[in-house]
Amino acid sequence: MTAEATVEVRAVRGAEPRRRAGWLIVARKEFADHLASARFIILLLVLGAATLIPLYIAADAIRNVADLVTDNRGAFLLLFLATSTDSPVPNVLTFVSIVAPLLGVAFAFDAINSERSDGTLPRLLSQPIYRDDVINGKFAAGLAVIALVMFAVFAVISGFGIFRLGIIPSADDAIRLLTWYALTVVWVGLWLALGLVLSVAMRRAANAALAGFGIWIAIAIFGRLVVEAIAGALAPISSAASLQEQLDLAGLQNAILRVLPLTLFQEASAVLLRPDKTTVTTPATIDQLEQLGQQLQGQYLPFDQSALLIWPHVVALAAMTALCFAAAYIWFMRQEVRA
Amino acid sequence: MTTATRPSRRRRGGASEGSGTGSSAPIRTRALTKRYGHRIAVDTLDLEVRSGEIFGLLGQNGAGKTTTILMLLGLTEPSGGSSRVVGMDPTRHPLEVKRRVGYLPDSVGFYGNMTGRENLRYTARLNGLRGDDAEAHIDAVLEQVGLTDRADGRTETYSRGMLQRLGIADALIKDPDVLILDEPTASIDPIGVIEILDLLRRLVRERGMTVLLSSHLLDQVQTVCDRVGIFAHGRLIGVGTVAELAATFGDGAAHLEVAFQPHGPDPREALRAVEGVDGVELDADAGTWRITVRPVSASPRVREAIVDAAARGGLRMTSLHELEPSLEDIYRTAVAGMTRGFAVDETIEEASA
Repeated sequence: MTAEATVEVRAVRGAEPRRRAGWLIVARKEFADHLASARFIILLLVLGAATLIPLYIAADAIRNVADLVTDNRGAFLLLFLATSTDSPVPNVLTFVSIVAPLLGVAFAFDAINSERSDGTLPRLLSQPIYRDDVINGKFAAGLAVIALVMFAVFAVISGFGIFRLGIIPSADDAIRLLTWYALTVVWVGLWLALGLVLSVAMRRAANAALAGFGIWIAIAIFGRLVVEAIAGALAPISSAASLQEQLDLAGLQNAILRVLPLTLFQEASAVLLRPDKTTVTTPATIDQLEQLGQQLQGQYLPFDQSALLIWPHVVALAAMTALCFAAAYIWFMRQEVRA
Repeated sequence: MTTATRPSRRRRGGASEGSGTGSSAPIRTRALTKRYGHRIAVDTLDLEVRSGEIFGLLGQNGAGKTTTILMLLGLTEPSGGSSRVVGMDPTRHPLEVKRRVGYLPDSVGFYGNMTGRENLRYTARLNGLRGDDAEAHIDAVLEQVGLTDRADGRTETYSRGMLQRLGIADALIKDPDVLILDEPTASIDPIGVIEILDLLRRLVRERGMTVLLSSHLLDQVQTVCDRVGIFAHGRLIGVGTVAELAATFGDGAAHLEVAFQPHGPDPREALRAVEGVDGVELDADAGTWRITVRPVSASPRVREAIVDAAARGGLRMTSLHELEPSLEDIYRTAVAGMTRGFAVDETIEEASA
């Protein structure tokens, strides 16, 4: 998109190696601001409490399972998946997939428009930094704060599992968890980038926040309904159809559902956290369906096979994030400094 | 290039700035134009600000002052024409220009949750200043704008005037060669205005800085600017000292104000008889006489003659002084002439179309 511009930027920066990159200075200031802000406290409370409570409730269930499957791979990852059958509290994965977008929006919705309304934007842009340093630095700072807190929460959950429940992660488990952590950061990054777009597009921070949360609710609740309706209309499954036809239609419906980033994240997460999950798609042929039925319980995929399975999901999510950020970037670069 | 990479420690010597171009004008534009759709915000502007002067850009709101300033800083891309600021094209080398030009934006803002000092520290970092060097600079500029004792309070507790002064401190952090101030005296109380204008004079005197300021408050600017440019509808319609502009846009006459002791004889005829006096009017409210002198150059001679005439006629004069041409008057005449010019242009366009 801006290959030429980037080259030019590098060339100019190369001429003065002693100057620290502008985006780092912006990011540092924004990072410090975030850590001191009320929303950081809220982030800690919400993420911390709401991941630890389901964990606590699910602890008994996990302990019971863990006794049975101590030599099983993936037992450690149950910490993030397990939920108590007699409690409505969702597991950690469900929770992260729902709350992370809200956090992403919360840390970006006022990034640019507040600078504008406070009258600090012209002053900031008249300093010897590139204009993209501002938006890059803000994105980096928001992502860093959320990644930091997420890391802390994951570490607490892991520690809880190791010390309270005595479940030691295998190397494979650890890699899976770290990969899932990276995926979660990308997931948050997508919403952070959306927040940035809104903060560039909308002059009032309150409107941007409302729009962001509205989009999230639309995608999380209505999006699924709408996409399911579209899939149903495009590929109606009738009972009269043959098994093969029904499988084809189900596959098509699945593919349409993947338009939603939420589907991508949840499918990829499920594969990463459950080594026994050997497929993300519904079986495409009758043969595959039969194979699936014949698969023995307790068959596990090594990490690299799971990674292969969800690679397209990860790429798609990363591409959506990049696209969103690019939109915010280009829009901001073209916007007039004056309101 | 060697000077440009050392933004902070360089000291300016004489009149010549503008690295490498040999130009003595830190700001120069050629046919600079900015269009927003069909609306022309700045119309083929030719502007030159000389080294070490305070130049006032005068015009009503919406005349194109801020747009011009944004183009000079490379914050807005011109639609046409070119400009040179400290010897460089701000569109192509925005960083070099911004490194050497301090800017106080219109209604400047700061991060309210940070103290004044912290705000300045952020600006210092963005300018590549860190550590003791930066702190020394911050202390110095705070002292200069008189904010030292409030520097550690959050800026959300500052008054508008304090924010404005902090804004000037902020622009001075980088130790600029050129200071561009957009409406530095707007929304400030009269005493604050005097303080800010004094500060500007001192900066120019002590640091040899070149200052470009924009304002719509003409009488305030009149006292501080070496030269002014009158801006209307995106065009510069007059440049020069206030006296020069008065000569160009004035009515070709000087004005004197004379007062006599009350209950004396009517001085009207005696005043009329003086050679060079074109008109005599009584300002009934003030009880003074307003005398129009044509041409302007006759004014000193007329003053002497009036003193003589008064003595001869037994008139007891209490005061006699020349009325300064008001920038406000000049501005009004200039803009009126300009609007007439516009009307003519439009008729021609219509005729040719």
